[in-house]
Amino acid sequence: MASVDYERHDYDVLVIGAGGAGMRAAIESLEQGCRTALVCKSLFGKAHTVMAEGGMAAALGNVWPEDNWQVHFRDTMRGGKMLNNWRMAQLHAQEAPDRVLELEAWGALFDRTPDGRILQRDFGGHRYARLAHVGDRTGLELIRTTQQRAVGLGIDVYMELKIVRLLKNDSGEVIGAVGFYRDKGNFVVFSAKSIVLATGGVGKSWKFTSNSWESTGDGHALALWAGADAIEMECVQFHPTGMIWPTSARGLLVTEGVRGDGGVLKNSEGERFMFNYISPYFKDETAETIEEGDKWYEDKVNYRRPPELLPRDEVARAINSEVKAGRGSPHGGVFLDIASRRSPEYIKRRLPSMYHQFKQLADVDITAVPMEIGPTCHYIMGGIRVDADTEETAVAGLFAAGEVAGGMHGANRLGGNSLSDLLVFGRRAGLAAAERAKASSVETTLSEAQIKEVIDHATSFFANEGGENPYDLHHELQETMQNLVGIIRTESELIEAKEKLAELGERAKKVTATGGREFNPGWHLALDLESMLAVANCTTLSAIERKESRGGHTRDDYPKADPELEKVNMVSRYREGNYSVTPEPKPEMPPELMALIELSEGEGKSAPAKEESK
Amino acid sequence: MSVVEGTARPAPIPVEIGRARGGPPRSKVLRRDLWWLQPLAIALGLAAFVGYGVWTAFRGDYYFAGAHAHYLSPFYSPCFVRSCPTDVVWGPAGSIGSVSPALLVLIFPMGFRVTCYYYRKTYYRSFWASPPACAVADAGSTKPGGARSRYSGETRFPLILQNIHRYFWYVAVLFAGILTWDAIDAFRFGPNGWGLGLGTIFFVVNAGLIWAYTLGCHACRHLCGGGLKRFSQAPVRFAIWRKVVSPLNAHHQLFAWLSLFWIAWTDFYVYLVSSGAIHDPRLF
Amino acid sequence: MSAVSTGELLMKLWRGDASGGDFVEYRLPAQEGEVVLDVVHRIQATEAPDLAVRWNCKAGKCGSCSAEINGQPRLMCMTRMSTLPIDEPITISPMRTFPVIRDLVTDVSYNYEVAKLIPSFTPGPRPAEGYRMFQVDVERGQEFRKCIECFLCQNVCHVIRDHEENKAHYAGPRFLARLAELEMHPLDTLDRRAYIAERMGLGYCNITKCCTEVCPEGIHITDNAIIPLKERVVDQRYDPVAWLGRKIRGRPRPMTPADVEPYTGAAAKAARAGQAEAS
Ligand SMILES: Cc1cc2nc3c(=O)[nH]c(=O)nc-3n(C[C@H](O)[C@H](O)[C@H](O)COP(=O)(O)OP(=O)(O)OC[C@H]3O[C@@H](n4cnc5c(N)ncnc54)[C@H](O)[C@@H]3O)c2cc1C
Ligand code: SF4
Ligand code: SF4
Ligand code: FES
Ligand code: FES
Repeated sequence: MASVDYERHDYDVLVIGAGGAGMRAAIESLEQGCRTALVCKSLFGKAHTVMAEGGMAAALGNVWPEDNWQVHFRDTMRGGKMLNNWRMAQLHAQEAPDRVLELEAWGALFDRTPDGRILQRDFGGHRYARLAHVGDRTGLELIRTTQQRAVGLGIDVYMELKIVRLLKNDSGEVIGAVGFYRDKGNFVVFSAKSIVLATGGVGKSWKFTSNSWESTGDGHALALWAGADAIEMECVQFHPTGMIWPTSARGLLVTEGVRGDGGVLKNSEGERFMFNYISPYFKDETAETIEEGDKWYEDKVNYRRPPELLPRDEVARAINSEVKAGRGSPHGGVFLDIASRRSPEYIKRRLPSMYHQFKQLADVDITAVPMEIGPTCHYIMGGIRVDADTEETAVAGLFAAGEVAGGMHGANRLGGNSLSDLLVFGRRAGLAAAERAKASSVETTLSEAQIKEVIDHATSFFANEGGENPYDLHHELQETMQNLVGIIRTESELIEAKEKLAELGERAKKVTATGGREFNPGWHLALDLESMLAVANCTTLSAIERKESRGGHTRDDYPKADPELEKVNMVSRYREGNYSVTPEPKPEMPPELMALIELSEGEGKSAPAKEESK
Repeated sequence: MSVVEGTARPAPIPVEIGRARGGPPRSKVLRRDLWWLQPLAIALGLAAFVGYGVWTAFRGDYYFAGAHAHYLSPFYSPCFVRSCPTDVVWGPAGSIGSVSPALLVLIFPMGFRVTCYYYRKTYYRSFWASPPACAVADAGSTKPGGARSRYSGETRFPLILQNIHRYFWYVAVLFAGILTWDAIDAFRFGPNGWGLGLGTIFFVVNAGLIWAYTLGCHACRHLCGGGLKRFSQAPVRFAIWRKVVSPLNAHHQLFAWLSLFWIAWTDFYVYLVSSGAIHDPRLF
Repeated sequence: MSAVSTGELLMKLWRGDASGGDFVEYRLPAQEGEVVLDVVHRIQATEAPDLAVRWNCKAGKCGSCSAEINGQPRLMCMTRMSTLPIDEPITISPMRTFPVIRDLVTDVSYNYEVAKLIPSFTPGPRPAEGYRMFQVDVERGQEFRKCIECFLCQNVCHVIRDHEENKAHYAGPRFLARLAELEMHPLDTLDRRAYIAERMGLGYCNITKCCTEVCPEGIHITDNAIIPLKERVVDQRYDPVAWLGRKIRGRPRPMTPADVEPYTGAAAKAARAGQAEAS
């Protein structure tokens, strides 16, 4: 066999992805004394997590002392339309406060309450002000804090390195991974006893997304190809407020904070239409009249919140209906108006980065005119199925945490629950991976033939003479997903998408990479396309299978939730070159937790202990 | 003058020097705006002031308009030497010879301004071209092995002396006090009369600008509260830092220029009045 | 210089690698509302699929897309075409301070090496009721924590841009701001002043403020970080009054570089390697 050239590294634990989840996993593994490597596709500290704005949810009870993990658990389950893995939701609610305090002990500078504790803010779907935050750059704070912690512990980081395949031994355990440095183009092979996937989201398969370049679903694909199961891949969250103009900024997020601070949604007729879209599920906790909604901003105890602050899926659907009914804005969205409701000084102080974002990218002054906004692909609730306590996947030695893992958020994620998810399950995955590495005596001798196969495949795009341009194909994939597997779905369109994807899959094998291997984006995209197609396939197939509307998954032909489907996971698998989806029963919640969900409205509501300081 | 025992030469940051860099040669300026305009304007401004200062300091005359009102030129205050007018002389008069009084006192405000963080920026940029403007190469740095191919910033003698700026600040506070006294004195007309002339206003503005400049000093900002780790434990110092010194500091550049210009103007006005070229209108 | 007709863009992108390169011209139709990165992407998707450019968020939040646009260090994703003189050719070149990898992509590893030499945040023991910090105590640090590590300040700083040998003993503005943040952190217990002066090369900065001018986050690096650090160092080593005060009041001896060095990532890594060898 001709020998292939590659760099070789051996570790106990390999963490793929340096977003919040990967960082936290790597720190834990290091602290457990394991030799740990952290790899990421971009530069270290640039992961998509830096884009998170609003905050991280944790029932610290600093602003509302009556907040506790039970209420947080209930909010999460209700927000997820009960499709969540209950055990994950429970662990998350219980451990999030500790993880936030731990960040503080590592140097994070959260905004403070007047008595010197961590300030928490209101967000859609959370009963109490619960989001620990730093202005509107909480994700950056999370990344910097964990990054600096990891560096301080002396972590080995391999940056701008894309993992293309995981390697398994004969008994089906993962023992390594093959990747290449994006800058030099040379290959790297890692052997490790445990591998943690923390590769984040999938947004780049859609045309309009708030996600960064990296969100191509690599981890979902790597795990599926290695034989793991993915669940609820149809549950994709469209954030209701993304920029839609100028075209180049389309998809960019407009933080929920705009609505939290008084912004309202209006259609082209100037009507505050959200009052027409209050579903029975949230009737009890939502204001019925404009007057009542407006009073809530000043008096959160005696009034109910305005419908602009309903969970994201509800608002996104409402906007979609308004646009369909012909009451949209010039560029096909609706108006988000804070200019007519708050003073310019207030807006600039509370929402500095939104003010600059619009000023800089659209030349729009949000203190003077309303913003044009529309839904944008934001987050995937679905992901790799893991054990709730250890985050181990169906493949021995392979762990998953963060956005790439499924189950925690059910059919819809509440704002702020992701950042805390990253820390809670990142830590658990790192711990379990380290424990396995310490206990395991597995031989991590990799098969040269397997390695060669991966490398040959990865470089095959250079040999594809006269094939298509990968950029064109990516563009087509995005159009397909945006138009056919978007916010509102129907059977016929989904079938059409499925066929289109099969065709794209064939064409993707033949795209051509021109130029050399050194920092060649065309080649990188050719490889990313494989992952994006894997995700697109699973999402489409699961969307066909879930014949109901629930959370982030809305079917025009099945507009209601089906109580029977609440009990099943849609499980995606990859076997012999094909993706398939099967419904399987989901773990049942113990009755004592069920009781928490049914906690009646209005209970435990009283005045906030401390006024917000800013 | 390090007062702490130094340690051995530090280990270098592990980085490979001399690898190829992208873009055109560094000597080529890609900026398309008028980047040279600002350093040029500043150089001219500073040169003009220095020129005026030399003229005024060596003049040794017409710095006190005592015949009319107590207008003592800020270049000559405090007045120490034998030739000082008795009305304004400080200290054991006559103890020092008959050099121009300005030459003795100017060392301090000069030293204060020369070591000022803002003026350092201006003359490093405008006169030393290090750098002349952002993303424009330091003068001489593109010539390998040339006299200016190496750069040590403020780490060596003499520039390490910039670290004594704080001491000049202590003295500068004294001077601001003296100029305030002069401003009060400028209300005195004749042997024991009080009044208000146009010049009085100039003196008051002068004192105000000097205070704005002196209190906006970075050393002051550090000493008044900036050096604290926890503001919450020293509310008064924090209030001074936040409400007084930091806002002035944010406009330090502005006050540096205004006060510079105004000192020259006040001096010139005194010169005009005392030499009889114009008559100072008495307003009150 | 080639003519540019209306409705058309003439982009001059530097293309090449360590062995050399030059500006290559691309002409394409102008489109409304674009930023520089969009135009670069359009060139990539059509004429030059292998054009190397680093980016990630396209929202000014990750600091990946730093380059020099018409000679000015900027983020490509936050520079609207309409703010540039598009009736002339627009040049885009890689950051000049770092070694080039290919086209617009540079090797910024120097920055990551410096990061490993920063003595880590080291808080005092945690009280039972948790740490308390007040908003006024954290605000100064929060300004520096806005940093997106775009390294534009490192790129523009003439200390290393024009005098490369200084990279070996100068941390650069980004990391001086990080050190200032640590020195101002209400919970931190280390005293890094001597280390900052000796190992991080604080004295090389001549406060000419270019770092502040280019920072896309508007951080006042010079005024709020570097100058306060210089003043802190003055406290410790150039101020006999403060020195006398310490002696009289029996304050602890300031920490030396050797005292804080063990708290760096580099030291932690070396210790780990030592342990691995021993076992
Ligand atoms: C604009 C925006 C705002 C948001 N705001 C909030 C908020 O306020 N609160 C909240 O809770 N959540 C928020 N979210 C969601 C949250 O930010 C993400 O879900 C979360 O950051 C995902 O983190 P992660 O660690 O799973 O992955 P990421 O941060 O996406 O990191 C993925 C990592 O994996 C690496 N990687 C990927 N593929 C490979 C590969 N093949 N080989 C090697 N490395 C690879 C990448 O380089 C990267 O380092 C927001 C999301 C967006 C887009
Ligand atoms: S102010 Fe100092 S750190 Fe900033 S660019 Fe100038 S020399 Fe460099
Ligand atoms: S300080 Fe500013 S310029 Fe420097 S790296 Fe951070 S964000 Fe970029
Ligand atoms: S006077 Fe300018 S900084 Fe001190
Ligand atoms: S791409 Fe993230 S800052 Fe420009």
